[in-house]
Amino acid sequence: MPHQVPIAEGLFTWPADQPALLCSRCQHCGIASFPVADSCMACSGQEVSVEELPNQGTLWTWTVQHFMPKTPYNSGETMETFKPYGVGYVELPGGVRVEGRLTESDPQKLQIGMPMEVVFAPYRTDDDGNEVISFFFRPVQ
Amino acid sequence: MDVAIVGIGIHPFGRTPARTGLQQGAYAARAALKDAGVEWRDIQFAFGGSASAGSADALVNELGLTGIPFINVANGCATGGSSLISAYNAIKSGQYDIGLVAGFDKHDRGAFNADPKELGIGQWYGEVGMMMTTQFFAMKIQKYMHDYGISTDSLARVSEKSFINGAKNPNAWRREPIGLDEIKSATMVNDPLTKYMFCSPSEGGVALILCRADHASRYTRTPVYLKAASFRSRRFGSFEVFAPSQALQQVDGPTVDASRAAFEMAGVGPKDIDVMQLQDTEAGAEIMHMAENGFCEHGEQEHLLASGATHIDGRMPVNTDGGCIANGEPIGASGLRQVYENVAQLRGAAGERQVPGDPKLAYTHVYGAPGISAVTILQK
Repeated sequence: MPHQVPIAEGLFTWPADQPALLCSRCQHCGIASFPVADSCMACSGQEVSVEELPNQGTLWTWTVQHFMPKTPYNSGETMETFKPYGVGYVELPGGVRVEGRLTESDPQKLQIGMPMEVVFAPYRTDDDGNEVISFFFRPVQ
Repeated sequence: MDVAIVGIGIHPFGRTPARTGLQQGAYAARAALKDAGVEWRDIQFAFGGSASAGSADALVNELGLTGIPFINVANGCATGGSSLISAYNAIKSGQYDIGLVAGFDKHDRGAFNADPKELGIGQWYGEVGMMMTTQFFAMKIQKYMHDYGISTDSLARVSEKSFINGAKNPNAWRREPIGLDEIKSATMVNDPLTKYMFCSPSEGGVALILCRADHASRYTRTPVYLKAASFRSRRFGSFEVFAPSQALQQVDGPTVDASRAAFEMAGVGPKDIDVMQLQDTEAGAEIMHMAENGFCEHGEQEHLLASGATHIDGRMPVNTDGGCIANGEPIGASGLRQVYENVAQLRGAAGERQVPGDPKLAYTHVYGAPGISAVTILQK
């Protein structure tokens, strides 16, 4: 099995038995930020703690990306192999609305308000042969 | 001291392989100087910007080295608006009598590819394919359509009007009308927006000559006064482009804030405005910006568009020159194009696209990354 590395440090717990997205929460006003930030965008407070976000939420809005973006897009795809992908904001209760790629790209199967869950899966293979792990939102079956 | 616009110049938008962005800016500047009947050596200061076509102050190499302060402005889509505010304040303060504002650009084909690092966002965000302005606009209108009952037909009607108006504008890029069905059934770019609902990065240049109002009659018989110019960035909780997350509690965006500030500054309200140019990065943006700028209630756009209210002969003409959809978006020039169009409308010199009924008050609005908005109100 290839070695797995997270797409960015501190975005989610990895490796972990039950990985989760990470947010920072302001100790003054209680507002959560994703990804983790050193200060609070709401009140400018600089005392923040890091916590795990819930794994389930609801789809707040979405779209499907039908053309292949230019760099910095880096998926290992070519113009020939590119597949359209869904993008959306998922409202994680008590936390924040997180933007992420969706595992579903069929517009007929996406609806505002539908339940979603976060999953962690290989996104591409890097130059050293490692599997780069990213987060995705998947409709709850 | 009020501030007047006494000269306007434009280089046609679209694609001009024979001229650099800077040369298009110089073309517009010379046209504006000629329009005001002044020489470059009469200009005391300048503000200008370009996102992809070099430093705006390099214009002095084209126009002549007269020693004036030429300040470069970089504020994304609000570059033109920010230049205008700076020039307004420079004259209002009494420091200068007359100056130039210029914006030009020349972008590559295809969608913009912003660099996450420049905006303090992790590289991962771009790697996974979310550093895309088009996605933001699609997701914002998707939510808006869901919440306020806006239909796909309304999106198509906005683009249909843009191309009708573009056909009447000799400086526009897209000058052929396109039918509703063709717009709706065109290639999907980002659901629910098809390729004819988006504007594209393009090229062009615009320049304006501003002076103290009590000198305006020296330069023109038809001065237009800058009654308000406002600029706002996003507050916490507004839904903005390039945001890896957003707050659960939503607040009004920078457009609403900039609009309110401008109306207060000008001492007029939305019902007083006779013609308006609103940021139409895509068809949905025009719809949402109608309400965010105070010109209608959320959801009211559905019947306003169906009744033709936003056409040139309608009761609230929007984007009379074809907007970004028909002109494309050269970032540095785009906001000033709106001002150029409004001056032409207030002078009664807009030709085939002239709004009837002798318009007296005109409004411009831009919105752009990473959540900024600029508004102007012009009066004749």
